[in-house]
Amino acid sequence: MQFMLLFSRQGKLRLQKWYVPLSDKEKKKITRELVQTVLARKPKMCSFLEWRDLKIVYKRYASLYFCCAIEDQDNELITLEIIHRYVELLDKYFGSVCELDIIFNFEKAYFILDEFLLGGEAQETSKKNVLKAIEQADLLQEVRHLIKITVDKVF
Amino acid sequence: MLRLIDYSKLPVGVNVRVIVCLCMWPCDRLAICPGCPLPSPESAGIGSMLTLYFFLPLSGKSKEAEIKRINKELANIRSKFKGDKALDGYSKKKYVCKLLFIFLLGHDIDFGHMEAVNLLSSNKYTEKQIGYLFISVLVNSNSELIRLINNAIKNDLSSRNPTFMCLALHCIANVGSREMAEAFASEIPRILVAGDTMDSVKQSAALCLLRLYKTSPDLVLMGEWTSRVVHLLNDQHMGVVTAAISLITCLSQKNPDEFKTCVSLAVSRLSRIVSSASTDLQDYTYYFVPAPWLSCKLLRLLQCYPPPEDGAVKGRLVECLETILNKAQEPPKSKKVQHSNAKNAILFEAISLIIHYDSEPNLLVRACNQLGQFLQHRETNLRYLALESMCTLASSEFSHEAVKTHIETVINALKTERDVSVRQRAADLLYAMCDRSNAKQIVAEMLSYLETADYSIREEMVLKVAILAEKYAVDYSWYVDTILNLIRIAGDYVSEEVWYRVIQIVINRDDVQGYAAKTVFEALQAPACHENMVKVGGYILGEFGNLIAGDPRSSPLVQFNLLHSKFHLCSVPTRALLLSAYIKFINLFPETKATIQEVLRCDSQIRNSDVELQQRAVEYLKLSSIASTDVLATVLEEMPPFPERESSILAKLKKKKGPGAVSVTELEDSKREGGELNGGGDRGPDTSAMSASNASTPSPSADLLGIRSSAPAGTAPASAGNLLVDVFSEAGPAAPSAAVNDDGFLRFVCKNNGVLFENQLLQIGIKSEYRQNLGRMYLFYGNKTSVQFASFTTSVSCPGELQSHILSTKQVEPLVEGGAQIQQVLNIECLTDFSDAPLLNIKFRYGGALQNLTLKLPVTINKFFQPTEMSSHDFFQRWKQLSQPQQEAQKIFKANHSMDTEVLKAKLLGLGTALLDNVDPNPENYVCAGVIQTKGQQVGCLLRLEPNAQAQV
Repeated sequence: MQFMLLFSRQGKLRLQKWYVPLSDKEKKKITRELVQTVLARKPKMCSFLEWRDLKIVYKRYASLYFCCAIEDQDNELITLEIIHRYVELLDKYFGSVCELDIIFNFEKAYFILDEFLLGGEAQETSKKNVLKAIEQADLLQEVRHLIKITVDKVF
Repeated sequence: MLRLIDYSKLPVGVNVRVIVCLCMWPCDRLAICPGCPLPSPESAGIGSMLTLYFFLPLSGKSKEAEIKRINKELANIRSKFKGDKALDGYSKKKYVCKLLFIFLLGHDIDFGHMEAVNLLSSNKYTEKQIGYLFISVLVNSNSELIRLINNAIKNDLSSRNPTFMCLALHCIANVGSREMAEAFASEIPRILVAGDTMDSVKQSAALCLLRLYKTSPDLVLMGEWTSRVVHLLNDQHMGVVTAAISLITCLSQKNPDEFKTCVSLAVSRLSRIVSSASTDLQDYTYYFVPAPWLSCKLLRLLQCYPPPEDGAVKGRLVECLETILNKAQEPPKSKKVQHSNAKNAILFEAISLIIHYDSEPNLLVRACNQLGQFLQHRETNLRYLALESMCTLASSEFSHEAVKTHIETVINALKTERDVSVRQRAADLLYAMCDRSNAKQIVAEMLSYLETADYSIREEMVLKVAILAEKYAVDYSWYVDTILNLIRIAGDYVSEEVWYRVIQIVINRDDVQGYAAKTVFEALQAPACHENMVKVGGYILGEFGNLIAGDPRSSPLVQFNLLHSKFHLCSVPTRALLLSAYIKFINLFPETKATIQEVLRCDSQIRNSDVELQQRAVEYLKLSSIASTDVLATVLEEMPPFPERESSILAKLKKKKGPGAVSVTELEDSKREGGELNGGGDRGPDTSAMSASNASTPSPSADLLGIRSSAPAGTAPASAGNLLVDVFSEAGPAAPSAAVNDDGFLRFVCKNNGVLFENQLLQIGIKSEYRQNLGRMYLFYGNKTSVQFASFTTSVSCPGELQSHILSTKQVEPLVEGGAQIQQVLNIECLTDFSDAPLLNIKFRYGGALQNLTLKLPVTINKFFQPTEMSSHDFFQRWKQLSQPQQEAQKIFKANHSMDTEVLKAKLLGLGTALLDNVDPNPENYVCAGVIQTKGQQVGCLLRLEPNAQAQV
């Protein structure tokens, strides 16, 4: 996979992940072009399209479009399911995820993505294992919070 | 739409309620439940912090307000970072996180990197995590920072804390810069294979290494680790296998031999997954499909290799593939689309593997039938993929026929699919499944589809129709009809290449010229006709209008008036073309001369503001009034046949597919197709590749004798003789084109300078000079693209017994800039006689794809000919001495071209021999003599060419 973009129905970019080195200018250009192309497509159309020399796989979940660019020899259907698994992960983590969760907790969305995909390839496809890793990290954070609260109370 | 109460003055830590009014969109549940409860700021740590400080400009109502708010915030953060008071980790994290947020909203961030790097060395997990995230998203190639970042990563990698190690590895994988590769490429393989590494770290390490390998393959050396990495395929942890296989696939593509042990491991792993029940793999089962991602990747890995040689392994694999095909027929275990997607993803990957092997007819046909079912599936995605996949099946000899049975369905898809990208695939498939048997039907369907086709794909469709029409044309009137229809239906999308091509073909085939003239004449009578039609019409009537002039309905004047009625509606280039057609009319039909001169003389022509038109009008007028009919007839003679070359349309279609997609083999293919395109094959001069060089050569018939006058008998005469025969023979079929540049090669037998090779990317020109047994050749490599060629290398090799010796070659620069040309000098010495030419191998990278070319260098024995003058007496004396059979070579062959003395003489001189006049008693014969100079010996060579004009032999 070369990159993944999440954007809203209004064309606002919510998350971007690039697995190939590109300049900022190029990234912006690609984003603009793709958002336009994908938003122009009608609901019943197929989820794949050819774009430059890449294949674009996209799917809409409520107000958000998830859009992946894969290479010629990559498998479209399995990429579609990568998107779905990512949505499932977000949903499980946030508890019924919505666009706002991703806006406000963008860093979590990135962390989950990093656990699931790395360098553009699936790293861990088990939902349990990914969430376990994230929850462990959260736990480290909670401990710190608890300490802080206790300290606050003492003084 | 969305309002948050003003909380900016509230103290940190107060739980602020976010009020959402009428907020229909950002809080729609992505996955399952509709409804719209409040987003919970407490659900995660940092997000809540952000909401405290930000007025989130979601609605985009006022861009200015947003920018103002953000600038204020940026100024605030900047002052905090610059302030005298040292910030604690928590605040640093908070501000770095804010900067990230601002960046992700689409604003530029030019500071904060240092603070982020500081966070990396924090021992608090969240601070470290935000630091890494900032670096991953916003790397700056500031060398000072990279050093610091690398230091922090190094510390984390050696911390033995798996969470920290993973963070560091994620960061390397996200940034993947060369500096990081230099620092860590040797460290990561060790982590990957170490026995005590945690599974999650192994997974990250594998993919991290993959990313580094992709950016800097030279720095990632697997060497001793290779076999341990391959054995990760056997790992108990499915996650480790999933991650490792991506790395192994990538490495196998580059070094297939080193990794070939992975084939049997992959097959056994695949077989275990395929035969497992849907619950065996627990959390790796996805909607009742066991490990779909891993299965796809295993099948993908196997596509890097030929079918396994080991019978047992192969049997097991075939079994797997059959099971996968069988499962497609089973009733689905779930109605969810995820189930069928995952299942079909594996199926399509298996079909790709079957196509890749292209050796199991049974599986190929089953695959084709399966795809046939999908063609009518209600899921658009499946129809799309089935069409795409069938395209590759169509090119396999085993399944081509099976694919053809679906023609009706595909045509139907072209007509009824609602999604243009699916229709595009259908058109591609029709193009791929087209052959002589169904060409008429397919071309007709494509033509009728063109009338309603989307604008975005029309041009490509036009090219495809043009190519198919030409490739499978059995009778050329059908071809002409098709192309004229094409211009009628989609004139705007008919590129120049297409109408040039139809003219080339009409000119080269005299059996279709009359029909073409009649048809364009009729087509031009339509009240509105496309400018391209006028161009074709003007050209063809100008050349062949005389063929239909006998009919009073298309008498010369009628033809002229018809053309001229379109004149004023046309653009300048078309008008220029029409003016040329007019002057040709004057030659063809003297009775139109007065009318046409009148037209040329009128002010709108002769004083036209366009220089080109004015010049043509003036010159043509002058030419028609002062030149005698003989001169006119010579100047305005019918165009000679065009030299055959690769169809420019095909080249254009390839170009449309984008750079990088065109591999050299494709080009070779197209060349062969190009040969086929010229159709029929029944007319030598049109088809033979060689006629390109000899296009204007008369048809020599010859009695050739290669003879050596000095004593030692050997192969030289024979080889020289063969060579000569090659020069004149119908080289197309005679030189059964090895995948090298035979046509370019033969062109150089009789000349020393010119273009050796040309495709869309590269042009190779040659200049050479020979003296006695030495030669020097200048090669000019021209980059025709605007992109740089990287790692450009060339090498010359002399196959087999070839003794011609390349003395010195200077290596060329490894980079060829777009549009630039570089030069290479070869010094050549001929040691002894030879018949094979040396090979030039060229390698370079273009847009990431490795291009590899092998060309025959045009160094032939005759280059070392020294012309020799001798008298008739001497000649025949020597001629008669050479009576031994091995000293003679004689060949009678049919001429390709009409014979012309001058051209023939030029050819023979080009060969390097001296042409001896008044030697042979028969003045029509050509007699030549020369000495071949090699390092060791000099070999004389006599040659007689006895043309027989009547028999054309």
